[in-house]
Formats: sequence, structure tokens, C-alpha cells
Amino acid sequence: MKYLHLIWAALFRRKLRTVLTLVSIITAFLLFGLLDAVRTSFDQAGQSANGASRLQTGSRLSFIQTLPMALTQRLQSVDGVKLVTYANWFGGAYQDPHNQVFSFAVAPNYLDMYPEMVVTDQAKQAFATTRIGALVGEGLAKRFNWKVGDKIPLQSTIFPDRNGSKNWQFEVVGLIHAADKKSSGWYDQLFLLNWKYFDDTTPYNQGAVGWYVTRVADANQADRVAKAIDAISANSDHETRTQTEQAAMASWMKQVADIGLIVSSIMGAVFFTLLLLSGNTMMQAVRERTSEIAVLKTIGFSGRSVLAMVLAESVLLLVIGGVIGLALASVIGPAVSAGSGGTLRLPAAGLNSWATGVGLMVLFGVIVGALPALNAMRLNITDALAGRA
Amino acid sequence: MKFLKNLGLVLLLVLVLVAWVMLPWVGALGLAVLLALWMFLTRRGAQARSVTGVGVSTLPQRIGSSAVIVVGIAGVVGVLVALLAMAEGYSETLRKSGSEDTAIVLRGASAAEVASVMTRDDITQIGQAPGVAKSAKGEPLLSAETVVAANLPVKGTKTDEEGSVQMRGVGDEAFAVRPQIRIVAGRKFQAGLKELIVGQGAARQFEGLEPGKQIRLGSQMWTVTGVFASGDSMESELWADAPVVADTYRRGASRNSVTVKLTDASAFKEFKAALEANPQLKVDATTTLAFFAKQSEQMTKILRIIGIVVGSIMAVGAVFGALNTMFAAVATRAREIATLRAIGFPGLPVVVAVMLETMLLAAIGGIIGGGIAYLIFNGHSASTMAAGSVGKLSFELRVSGQLLWEGLKWALAIGFIGGLFPAVRAASLPVTTALREL
Repeated sequence: MKYLHLIWAALFRRKLRTVLTLVSIITAFLLFGLLDAVRTSFDQAGQSANGASRLQTGSRLSFIQTLPMALTQRLQSVDGVKLVTYANWFGGAYQDPHNQVFSFAVAPNYLDMYPEMVVTDQAKQAFATTRIGALVGEGLAKRFNWKVGDKIPLQSTIFPDRNGSKNWQFEVVGLIHAADKKSSGWYDQLFLLNWKYFDDTTPYNQGAVGWYVTRVADANQADRVAKAIDAISANSDHETRTQTEQAAMASWMKQVADIGLIVSSIMGAVFFTLLLLSGNTMMQAVRERTSEIAVLKTIGFSGRSVLAMVLAESVLLLVIGGVIGLALASVIGPAVSAGSGGTLRLPAAGLNSWATGVGLMVLFGVIVGALPALNAMRLNITDALAGRA
Repeated sequence: MKFLKNLGLVLLLVLVLVAWVMLPWVGALGLAVLLALWMFLTRRGAQARSVTGVGVSTLPQRIGSSAVIVVGIAGVVGVLVALLAMAEGYSETLRKSGSEDTAIVLRGASAAEVASVMTRDDITQIGQAPGVAKSAKGEPLLSAETVVAANLPVKGTKTDEEGSVQMRGVGDEAFAVRPQIRIVAGRKFQAGLKELIVGQGAARQFEGLEPGKQIRLGSQMWTVTGVFASGDSMESELWADAPVVADTYRRGASRNSVTVKLTDASAFKEFKAALEANPQLKVDATTTLAFFAKQSEQMTKILRIIGIVVGSIMAVGAVFGALNTMFAAVATRAREIATLRAIGFPGLPVVVAVMLETMLLAAIGGIIGGGIAYLIFNGHSASTMAAGSVGKLSFELRVSGQLLWEGLKWALAIGFIGGLFPAVRAASLPVTTALREL
């Protein structure tokens, strides 16, 4: 530590070169921060305590197949089940059929299941009593400029009403506020409508349910309860498949994209390039200072301390660039998410990304500095001072 | 004064880059020819040529630092091309699924096949519309199909993880409407039986999709009888007899979509108009080409944006790496350049020489990067949940010539920026200062 000023001076001996190298390192870690945040957010989808204690039961045949309403009672009586609710796709679209909205018709007790969705008591009350009422996520309301009290038309891309018309009327009775923006931002795009209104209006449903959600009293019992639920309808024409919400979400994400492979191959290319760039700079820097290092050794610095100083210099270079890069990533991610109005979601680099990032900085610093540092350690004083090295 | 000069340089840079982005390859070729003519026909050009010659001939001595530019740019181009190839492959697969002389009819306001319902009546009426091609027997060439999602175990996972695959219930007409489909292994399914054929893409992604094997859908066992290839999005599907599928998924006599063969591409207008004029029908008709293009639009856009954003960030890093290297190269050759100028070489040949050297390194990097992306990723298969479908779409990354050219353009642009500032510095450093510099 007492040589910090020496290391610092060496680092900024050629300002232009150091700054140019820093920018390369910053961009590499900026990219790392952004990509790693995306990767972790995919990994952690649904990984909350709530996600582990909620079970999703859908048709074993496929996710578009419905289940009979009559299962509700039987699910309720499974040992270990605390609460049962159900929902159905609505397939809503606003104005243009391609303007799809995440819309579900939900049972009256649906909100009790999801503490992640914050809805005022007043809005809950209004939703329960207004037949055509709808609860709308804040982000969604913002996207289409809806306010509480607005009457909005929504077309269903799946269900017509009794007259064959696919235009439905809804009244916005309240907003859904996502309790934790970071891990459950998706609730902010939901559109919930009353199951009863849906079931009464469309002749195509007739008491069928899209999927059930059950909460188990104890998350450790989730596996047993899931098996018990699936056993109820085994070998019937409506076999079910029950998973924790966490597992369901993870397998869904995997279907959307194999994020891991893409991210790691990009990161590989980025860091390979980065290593080369900063390695080259360190070589140059040490080569230029040959005579200075010889002087240092002449006045009594040991080979080992010269080695340590050069290594410290390259680690410092990487750490300065890396920290700035990661900090930028932490700022840019949320800014892009906010700017795009929720259509593009880039989470900020979390604690995990920072830990990995710092580890990488030190590792690369050592790799990059190793060769020049060894050269400096082995430097022969007489040769160097005579200009022969 | 210095500030104004730098500002001018930056403005020039922006102009050049904008022009460069717009430039087709013919334009680039023209530029290269012009440059060559200048170098061989004018005095200044000849000077530039000789200075470049000296610079290039010393490149092997600076192999380490020159390699930084080459590898840095190769990294950028490789990543960019690979990501764009993903977008290309995805849209290509969907584009090939459609044609102009077939049309798909869905219930009005249905964004996807699976959300649409067609009754027996609808189907009969669509067949009678003008513009529909007729078979040898005089029946309309029309295929009414049921589209559902099926859950199947995904290949390569330890647990019984399941993925969704699109399953299509079809009749013989489906093969007449889509002549590109051919059975590559086993045989077709038999009508009325729980048999199915699987697309090559689906067979790659899901467990147990081989002729002769049985798979479980819900509580029933189905037999896989064959594998088909089509080179488009149908390859990600399972096909079985329509009535059997409709029965399993409790669809009754209704179907999801109707695909018709038109007499020719120009008959579509008439066909669509006739359907719209029919008061008994509430349907939307689209050519299959437009239908699949629309489905691929969003995803292709997202993939392209990701590619360009990641590529840009990496390019910034590579530009600074190139600047660093070239500044160092110019600094080590400061005396030599100053000597040239002292004996009467003007600044321009020096600028051109440094620029050419950087661009040469950049071009090598671009070619290496594009080549690596081509070797590794061309034909590499990927999959995603496709918009408008209820199954995974499997597609192959496609590194086209167009993409390679785009990558090379990026490489040259990076080389241009990375070389410009060091070049101008080399040419504008006072001769006396440079000669004294160690």
C-alpha cells in the first residue's frame, strides 16, 4: 500500500494510452454487466419463496387445453393445500389484433394468492362488485393511457360473446402495482377480468378452467401435493400436470431462448479481445520503463517487489475500468427499461454480477500483468542501464 | 484552433460513417478502384504508395500490436455476424413457409391459427370461393386443419422436463397444398389411427420422435410412423390425422384454419374479396407469405436490435484498442515519418499510408471474424417459442454473403476511426519536434 503513489504514477505515465485502454475495458465490463444481468434475471424467474409454494396445475395434454371446473372441490380437499384458485386465457387485444395484452379471466379469490400484486382494498371491492370490472397493471395502463373509471373495448382473439361479436366492454376499476419491480415487474403488464362475466358471456367456455393455482401450506411438501393432485385425474380424459410455479417458469423461459449459450459465447469473445488489448498495453508500458525499473532495482527494490508492483498496476487498471463499466451497466439497464416503457426489460447488475465481475477483473489483471511483471523481475540491472535490454 | 480542427475531424468522421452505412458493395468497389487509380496515376498517389509500402513491410516486426487490431476486430465481427445470422435464419425459416399462391383463412380478428375456429359450413363456403385451384377430380384444393399444442419431453434434460410442440391435424389435401413436404423416413400415418409423422426439427428437439416408437399424449399412446422434411417452419411440427386429433383434443367437427391453393398468385384479390362479400362468413384471408412474414417480423427485429447493440458496444472497445495500437505505431515511427516530411513528402501521403495500414489490418480482422462465424454458426440449429404458434420453432443460423459483407463494412469502419486520429497526428506533428523525439 505504501507504494500506491508509485503504482499510480506508473499507470498514468502515458495518459492517452491509459485512457484509451480504460475505455476498452469499460466497454467490456459494461457489456458483461448488461448480459450477466439478463442471464440472472432469466435464471431467477419465479425463484421467490412465493413461487416455490404455489403450484400450477394445467392439462397434461397441452397448455391450451382446459380442465373441468369440478376439480376445484377435489383440489381443495387434497391434504396440504391451503388455497385454490383458477384462471383462463382471455387472449385480449387492444384496437389491433396484434396489439396483444396479457389478459386472464380470474376467480374471485385470485388476488389472495398473489401478494406480489398490490391492489387497494377499494379497488378490490370495486372489482368484486363490478361485473365488467377489470384490474390493470400500472405499466399497461401507462402504455395505452388508461385511467380508473375508463370504459375500454377489448377484442378477444379467442372468445366471442353470445352474439358472435368479439368486442368486449370493460371498465377499469383499479390498478395493479407490482410490489417488487425487479423480480416481479411482469405483474405490471397484466389485465385481469372477472371470471363470472367471462364464463357467462362466452358460449365457448361452459365451466372450463384454463389452469388452477394452489398454495401449499409448506413449500417442502410441494412435491408430494403435486403428485397427489395429478393422481386425482390420472387415466381420465383430462389428466393434469402440476409443477411449482418456479419450475414452470424456468421451463417456459428455456423454451423461449437458450440464453445461457448465447450469453456465454458473446462473453467469451468479449473477454478474449479485452485480454489481448490490455495485455498489449501492459507490455508496452513495461518495455518503455525498462531503465526506470533498473533504477528501482539499483536503489534496493527486490525483484519480487518489482513483480508485485507491475502486477498491482495491471490489476488496478482492470479494476478501475471494470468498476466504471459495471457502474454504467447498473445505470443504463434500468434507464433503457424505463425509456422503452416496459417493452424492453434490462435489469440492473445485481450483487451476483458485481461479485463475478470483480473476480474477473482481478483474474484478468493478473493474467495480463504476468508476463511483463516476470520480465521486470528478471531484468538485469547492468544490461538495462546500458540500454541492452 | 486545435479545437476547431478536432471538431472538423469528428464531423468528417460522422459524415463518412453515414455515407459508408448507405454504401452498397458496388460503391465500395468503385471507391477502391478510384483509390487505386489515384495511387498509380498521380504523383501524390505514388508517394502515398511508397510510404504505405514501407509501413506494411514493417508490419511483421510489430506483429504483437498489429494482432491486437486484427483479433479485436475479428471478435466484434464474429459476434455481430453470429447474432445477425440468428435473426436471418429465423425470418428465413418463416419466409420459406409461405408462398404467394396459397392463402390461409382464419376466423376474423384471430392473430394466430390456434385462436381461430372454423365450422364445417365455413370450410365448405371457402372452398366454393372463386380463385381456389381444383384437383384433377374437380374438388377444391383446400386443407382444413386443427392446430393444438402437445407437451413432450425435451431432449437432453435429465428430469422429465416438457416442452410444447405444435401438432397439426391434417388430411391428404394438406400434402397437395404444401408440395414441399416429403417423407424422409418411415411412412405416412394412416387415417383413423393414433399415428403421427414428425418434422425433422421437432425430432431434433424432443425425445422419442423416431419411426416405430410410441409417445404419450395425455392419457393415450401414439405411434410415430415417419419423419418428414420441408425446409420451413412445418418441420417443427407433428402431423396426424385431423379427425383423430380433433377427437383427442375435443374439437368436434370444427377446425382451426383453412389453407387453400389458389389458381395463381393474382387470384388472391378476387378470393379475398369474395370471402369478405359473403355475409355468412366472418373470416380473414391472407396469403401464406404475408401471414408468416408478419409472424416473423417482431422476433427478427428484436434479434437484430440485440445484435447491433452488442456489436456497437464491442465496436467501441475495439476502436479504442485500434487507436491505442496505431498511436503507438505512429509514435515509434515518428522519426521516420518526420524524416519523410523533412525531405519534402507532404502530409497527405502520410495520412493515407497510416489509414491504409489500419484498414488493411481491420479488413483482415473482419475476414477472420466473418470466417469464424461462418464456420461455427452457419447451419447451427437454435430454437425458440415462435410468435403466433404454440410450439417451439427450430431454425438454423444462416450466415449469408450479405451478412459477411455487413461484417466487413463494420470492420472497415472501425479501422477508419481507429486510424484517422493517429494518421492526422503523424502528419501534423511539427517536423522539428518529431525529429527530436526519442
